[in-house]
Amino acid sequence: MSLVKTFDEEVLIEEQGFDDHFHEHHHEDKYKSSFIFKYIFSLDHKIIARQFLFTGIFWALIGAAMSVIFRLQLGFPDESVAWLKPFLGRWIMINEETGMGTLDPQFYYALVTMHGTIIVFFVLTAGLSGTFSNLLIPLQIGARDMASPLLNMLSYWFFFLAGVVMFFSLFLSTGPFSGGWVAYPPLSALPQASSGSGAGMTLWLVSLTFFVVSVLLGGINYITTVLNLRTKGMSLWKMPLTIWSFFITAIIGLLSFPVLVSGFFLLMSDRSLGTSFYLSDIFINGQALDYVGGSPILYQHLFWFLGHPEVYIIILPAMGIVSEVLSVHARKPIFGYKAMVYSIASIAFLSFIVWAHHMFMSGVNPFISNFFVVFTLIIAVPSAVKVFNWITTLWGGSIRLNSPMLFAIGFVSLFISGGLTGIFLGNSALDIQLHDTYFVVAHFHIVMGVAAFFGMFAGIYHWFPKMFGRFMNETLGRIHFWITLIGAYMIFWPMHYLGMAGVPRRYYRFDSFDAFGQFTTMNEFITIAAIIVFFAQVLFVVNFIWSINHGKEQTTKNPWLATTLEWTTPIKAGHGNWEGNIPTVHRWAYDYGKDGEDYIPQYIPLTEKEKAEIDNH
Amino acid sequence: MEKSMTNKYYNTNNRIHPLKFALWIGMASITMMFGAFTSAYVVRQAAGNWLEFPLPNIFFVSTAVLLISSILLHTSFRSFKSQKENLYKFFLVGSFVLGVLFIVLQYEGWVRLFEIGVDLKGNPAGSFLYVITGIHALHVIGGIVALIIAMINAFSLKFKITDKRIINFELTLHYWHFVDLLWVYLLIFLYLSR
Repeated sequence: MSLVKTFDEEVLIEEQGFDDHFHEHHHEDKYKSSFIFKYIFSLDHKIIARQFLFTGIFWALIGAAMSVIFRLQLGFPDESVAWLKPFLGRWIMINEETGMGTLDPQFYYALVTMHGTIIVFFVLTAGLSGTFSNLLIPLQIGARDMASPLLNMLSYWFFFLAGVVMFFSLFLSTGPFSGGWVAYPPLSALPQASSGSGAGMTLWLVSLTFFVVSVLLGGINYITTVLNLRTKGMSLWKMPLTIWSFFITAIIGLLSFPVLVSGFFLLMSDRSLGTSFYLSDIFINGQALDYVGGSPILYQHLFWFLGHPEVYIIILPAMGIVSEVLSVHARKPIFGYKAMVYSIASIAFLSFIVWAHHMFMSGVNPFISNFFVVFTLIIAVPSAVKVFNWITTLWGGSIRLNSPMLFAIGFVSLFISGGLTGIFLGNSALDIQLHDTYFVVAHFHIVMGVAAFFGMFAGIYHWFPKMFGRFMNETLGRIHFWITLIGAYMIFWPMHYLGMAGVPRRYYRFDSFDAFGQFTTMNEFITIAAIIVFFAQVLFVVNFIWSINHGKEQTTKNPWLATTLEWTTPIKAGHGNWEGNIPTVHRWAYDYGKDGEDYIPQYIPLTEKEKAEIDNH
Repeated sequence: MEKSMTNKYYNTNNRIHPLKFALWIGMASITMMFGAFTSAYVVRQAAGNWLEFPLPNIFFVSTAVLLISSILLHTSFRSFKSQKENLYKFFLVGSFVLGVLFIVLQYEGWVRLFEIGVDLKGNPAGSFLYVITGIHALHVIGGIVALIIAMINAFSLKFKITDKRIINFELTLHYWHFVDLLWVYLLIFLYLSR
């Protein structure tokens, strides 16, 4: 007789659970009373998670559409884009004689810059970590809500405000900021440097400052909640890997984003107070500027001290989601749970001492570079441990090959192929050839861009029932997966060849360079693949929106037969998550296939046999 | 909701109040920000072309003022807990006045610096000093706002010791000590690394 079935879940939680007197204080939850406080200025972490997700999807569509436009320019520079005139207005220049429409080069740079900023910060930081940290932290550790629901709400609204400011900057007559998402001075520091460096850059700085406030408020909450509000029995070593990864991500964010703010403050004072932190000996139109004694390298140090941890802020939550999804759908415990935690922690630690590998070519002392090369390559060790553990988790599992699982496996594939090129780039000697080429673009898009998106998709397909009480369409999900996986490789694999041949990134067109003429067809190929992949993402969004109201309805609380606590709440859980007592935790999150049971949820008490085993250890 | 989420549910196995813990994490991230400023200072200084000038003595006076303000607030908190209403209000106002005085003295310090020819523009040595002390002053002003709220509570509410008031007071107190210690660190740093 199955252990799970012999226990009635509700009875068990009521008997064993932890009574926090929730309902004595909440006869009338005033936040439920009006639409505005339930859905807009909500304090409920589940609603806030959905707000982050919707906003993230909105920005992902904009960021992706921008990439399609600049890919059109790169793939087909001689085709007319006059048909984009209604969308882009004066950024499309029409030749009056031939009717040929071309993309304004200035706006091309703005598109590249905004694509990077939007995807890195708004989609893969706020959209990914904001959504799933908010949704899963309280649900999986057994808490009614975050430590401070108010700060949590403010975190979303600061993100929203950052988005409004950035969105507004897209419509400036001088265009949005166009000096690259890293915003290096002097392009970012001198308003006269380019048309986007004036008002566009000011709004960019304001927007990202709001964004950092949002990340810090969120991060403070995530850390406090994980450390303070775990339910009875949920020791740190019983937490699912999702929680570990969100927790460590929040710590990295909290330590690295303030450094970015420091860098921004100095940049703002260079821009508006006339200081010279980053500027020295600059001539514009033959005229020497007043700035003396600054160093643009200083900005790069401050920026990359955030910038490198930032890539782990993006990828660690995806790793946590993938670990959870792989284990649930392979019906096997995650292989090497503690090794997974230790490798997340060591990646987080290493992320703080490798930033200068982004600066090998900017005049850093080559002897100091060696130090950064060594630590960069050491990151391969914990990463390889994780990859090994994911593959071993799959080994011999009874795999359900559904959409979340496909995306999780796809993540592992992308992480391997993108990670391997990181070993090339981490080497300061190879970087002489490869820096600032399409090889770099290929590397970080695969390992951090597409891989993180795959982690996010795995999470969305997996926890969609938790968010909306319905499932997403499985057939469309699989179509989405296969087009995206194959398409992503078709876009980024050829870029490695471009990069090895020395084709520089961020260039508007290549036809004045004889050496790059041979790549015309390859660029066309990449652009066509990018367009196809873009439409697959539109398909995903259609599936997502349609499924919210019309998807297959969730009929049982625990459709994936998972062990974690989020599946013990009612299908449409209110604010406070559990109606009665909070479940007490007795075991880790990965009791799949143990003692002949398919799965044993975390709230099931240990059997006598299990207790004896623990005592023996 | 807010109150009950944090006060009622989780006291069973919590040694530290979640909001206090959250404040400490926030202080850690402010520390990182100033860590970045002072590291940037060291890196830039090592590159040469660095203006050398003495710190105005008034900064040492302002340090003493801020330290005394911190002690007064602590005394006020003690008095609050031991139900000495008048002492509590007196020391609270005292620490607020000294907090404002600190900002005034910092401003005087900047004026003195400007008089000896250290400009915000020009050599980064001066720019760093103004930006670092200026952003610290903004954090002190944040603390002064918290003190104003504390005073409004002290004089408008009936004197009563509740868990909520103790925790709010403690949050203000910890933050005030924090900006104080942060200033001591910055002063020692600026003094030693001229």
